[in-house]
Amino acid sequence: MSWISNVLGSSIGKKLLMALSGLFICFFLVIHLTGNLQLLAGDGGQAFNEYAKLMTSNPLIKFVSIGTYLVFLLHIIDGLMLVFANKKARPVKYAVGAKAGSSISSRNMGILGSIILVFLVIHLYNFWFVYKFGSMPTVDYGHGPVKDLYKVVAMAFANPAYVILYVLSMVAIAFHLIHGFASAFQTLGLNHAKYNGLIKIAGIAYSILIPLGFAIIPIYFYLVLA
Amino acid sequence: MKVKVKVWRQKNAKDKGGFKEYEVLTDPDSSFLEMMDVLNQDLLNKKEDPVAFDHDCREGICGACSMYINGQPHGPSKGTTTCQLHMRSFKNGDSITIEPWRASAFPVIKDLVVDRTAFDRIIQAGGYISVNTGNAVDANSIPIEKDKADEAFAAAACIGCGACVAACKNASAMLFVSAKVSHLALLPQGAPEADLRAAKMLNQMDEEGFGSCTNTQACEAMCPKEISIKHIARLNRQFFKSGFSGNQ
Repeated sequence: MSWISNVLGSSIGKKLLMALSGLFICFFLVIHLTGNLQLLAGDGGQAFNEYAKLMTSNPLIKFVSIGTYLVFLLHIIDGLMLVFANKKARPVKYAVGAKAGSSISSRNMGILGSIILVFLVIHLYNFWFVYKFGSMPTVDYGHGPVKDLYKVVAMAFANPAYVILYVLSMVAIAFHLIHGFASAFQTLGLNHAKYNGLIKIAGIAYSILIPLGFAIIPIYFYLVLA
Repeated sequence: MKVKVKVWRQKNAKDKGGFKEYEVLTDPDSSFLEMMDVLNQDLLNKKEDPVAFDHDCREGICGACSMYINGQPHGPSKGTTTCQLHMRSFKNGDSITIEPWRASAFPVIKDLVVDRTAFDRIIQAGGYISVNTGNAVDANSIPIEKDKADEAFAAAACIGCGACVAACKNASAMLFVSAKVSHLALLPQGAPEADLRAAKMLNQMDEEGFGSCTNTQACEAMCPKEISIKHIARLNRQFFKSGFSGNQ
């Protein structure tokens, strides 16, 4: 089996893992956003709370969510390994920094990723950890008590500091995606004049729409509902 | 015209090195290297050590010249080597900072000269085709599609100067390796060894301590031969093919 570690441990192999895990996280974000948008349903949180219960009790979804945790871990650890290896490849920096030739996002994927990681830890602590291990208020929709995650979300989004942190983190995610989405296809070897334009446009649309969709929710809660 | 040049001076590989400033009186129509020649003549006249820099053909095809000029490998002109850069690209009184390529795989030998033998070792690892000795085969005996020949030729334009490594924030040699891999893989003579070649050259690149590719595309923008990053995608494909389906 040493061939697997040889292939995946090489510089291209590490990038392959980044690309595949990154695209999986892109897919996960779509599902996550679809779930979150139920917060705006205007039903006092019933749809969202019942959705949250399904996501944490259905055995198939529980199985997939363990895979999702592992993919996130892989993306973070592999990313950090690449950042440190790449720093080592240029021990002496230039006196005059590069001015042209590459986008700001592409040069700062490690920094953007680190900002997102800090957000992720805070985010998981506030919602995921509290839902799984904390004491939660409950609500009954006629078939037994359900944890009222909607209330926890509404309380968090009433805090202006948290709303600002959330929105700024979405901006960091947008910049991370604007390079990451198209870059993943290049790493997979998918570069052809026939579909390069499509990847570029889809990447830009995705990178703007998904973070925007996430950011609308705390802004709406803070400005309209609070 | 008069320019102020801030040049990296380093006696040898072990010396710490530092910048030194000089004023050079030069002609707008002289090349950048001719400006350096003038500077060195001045230094010799003053019995000082001239600035060491690589140069050979001075017509943009050998890949010997390097120099990281004002934040750009080979200076500000697009698709141009340092030897073909002219002083008219600068203004009278300009300040020009000249640094050597910076990469752990390209250690400084002296001043602006770096050791680029890592590239030679990458070529030795697989950048060739195996043919029987004897008379040279007729060049046109195997028909090759025009678009493939063009693409192979565009990759073969790589002169191995190392500007891609110098421009890359990770000091990655992916553009160089991919150009060599593409150039041979696209032609029937190079096709039989294509997958294994990609793996061997990539492994050597990793071993030399070059970084990995973040797809920033800085290499493509700075390459004096304007080699496209689509060759990097081809290298990736070839490497996956070799890694996941090859016998080695």
